[in-house]
Amino acid sequence: MSAAGAAGMVLQVAATAAGAPLVVGGMRQVRARLEGRAGAGWAQPWRDLRKQLGKQRIDPAGTTVVFAAAPFLLAGTSLLIAAIVPAVTTASPLDPVGDLFAVVGLLLVGTVALTLAGIDTGTAFGGMGASREVTIAALVEPTVLVAGFALSVPVHSSNLGEIVAATVGDPGRVASPAAMLAFAALAVVVVAETGRLPVDNPATHLELTMVHEAMILEYTGPRLALIEWAAAVRLTVLLALLANLFVPWGVADAGSGTVGLLVGLLAVAGKVLVFAVVLAGVEVFLAKLRLFRVPELLAGSFLLGLLAVTTSYFLAAPG
Amino acid sequence: MTTAAYTDLLHLAAGLQLLCAVGAVWRRQLGPSVRLLSAQGTALAAIPFVSGLYRHEGHLVGVALAVLVLRGGMLPWLVSRLVPTIVRPAADWTDSGRYAGSDLDLDLDVPGSGSAMRPEPHAHDDPEETREPTPLVSTTVSLLLTAALTALAYAVSRPLVTLDPSPATHAAPAALAVILIGLLVLTTRRRAVSQVIGFLTLDNGIAALAFLLTSGVPLVVELGASLDLLLAVLVVAALTGRMRVKFGGTDLGELQELHE
Repeated sequence: MSAAGAAGMVLQVAATAAGAPLVVGGMRQVRARLEGRAGAGWAQPWRDLRKQLGKQRIDPAGTTVVFAAAPFLLAGTSLLIAAIVPAVTTASPLDPVGDLFAVVGLLLVGTVALTLAGIDTGTAFGGMGASREVTIAALVEPTVLVAGFALSVPVHSSNLGEIVAATVGDPGRVASPAAMLAFAALAVVVVAETGRLPVDNPATHLELTMVHEAMILEYTGPRLALIEWAAAVRLTVLLALLANLFVPWGVADAGSGTVGLLVGLLAVAGKVLVFAVVLAGVEVFLAKLRLFRVPELLAGSFLLGLLAVTTSYFLAAPG
Repeated sequence: MTTAAYTDLLHLAAGLQLLCAVGAVWRRQLGPSVRLLSAQGTALAAIPFVSGLYRHEGHLVGVALAVLVLRGGMLPWLVSRLVPTIVRPAADWTDSGRYAGSDLDLDLDVPGSGSAMRPEPHAHDDPEETREPTPLVSTTVSLLLTAALTALAYAVSRPLVTLDPSPATHAAPAALAVILIGLLVLTTRRRAVSQVIGFLTLDNGIAALAFLLTSGVPLVVELGASLDLLLAVLVVAALTGRMRVKFGGTDLGELQELHE
């Protein structure tokens, strides 16, 4: 464990925790401007969080510890992922123990905690949202794993830090067909995992269409604030991971000093910002997909991931 | 041209061709499918072009140009003439018409997309002509079948690759996968136009396999095969025109039974 790595880890967790609501606010602002609205401003999510933190906590009748614990589990796993992924530095002390599969597992732990909480409330919407969320998660996880395989085959390691470091050392790898296919597959998966259009509409509060919102319908006050903050952290971390897997330049490594860490922080913040703006801009032109057609989209992204594996495995053989 | 650049470009062309074939499975709108077919033909033409430049063989470049004109331009153009040019207002995602009749539409946050743009019952045939109706196998299943077929192609062509490992033979499984995907499209689609697209995908795969495994086809053989193909597409074009006049649609399922 290097001091620079530890400092980088602390830096990226702090930056994600503070910056995630700003990313969400920025995306909403971009969307509002493109739709011709004035928008609430990019800091609005923080104001919402402050307001909700000041409110009274209410326990719906009949809910158990599952309901109470879910926000903390979700927030905890999201922060842990923020510490593992190579966002600011590739030399995070947690990186050797947490590879791609650990990250996917942690994501799933958070998702399952929230779906259980949705069922725990005993309302129809909670159960419906949970059922939809699990359907999407079941289709998303294999794609993440397969696309991750495609990236880890050339590096001979499933360690995220090593994949990113290897890409920094060999920039031509980004332009290979396998990497591009894996990028397309992972981009679809990130959209599905974070509940963005066209899989889920983050702005809707219409009961029949919502997925994520349906599960958290019974939460109020501080717990709701925690869940919304954790969802923002997830979005930010996944965008940072996607950015650094395919555009890794600027990321700090074990030997970086203070300047290197700051450059890494600025680089990843810039990349996440660009990705978020692009995502929000694309969303303006999309309508939400029918729920029954979501498997079609996810099967397509799974196929892209599988093609990425086959091309990286077979075409990369010494020839 | 260096060997590394040659390998990269060759694999890029083969991968692009495979991606276009996957796109043909994914999209049911006929217009984009035809454009994908054109891109596929262009990617196919890149294979002999790149190997011709790498090995300094002029006739391969000539073959590449012939392939480009025929499969990148002419055949897709002929196929696109088979697609009726009715501009449909609904986007692909909104899925209007396909579930016309099922009332519990979950797209409530997209006002108007579900009900307003549904085709009128009496105008049912014409807009349906520009896209494949509900296929025999659902899109999700065909995509998963495509994944399985790709894996199968790689599995069965391993002996071929080990026989003579070179950059070209390493890309051969991708061409074999294109052949299998073409067969899948050919067998699971109902419209005559979609079947032509499947057939051309199949033939593009065969041509790509020939280019990758042999060190180039003689110009005469390539021209002969291409002319056959052109003839086949022209025959289907004539047949489609006749079908549209006789039955008002090109659903080949209509031909399975005798009518009075």
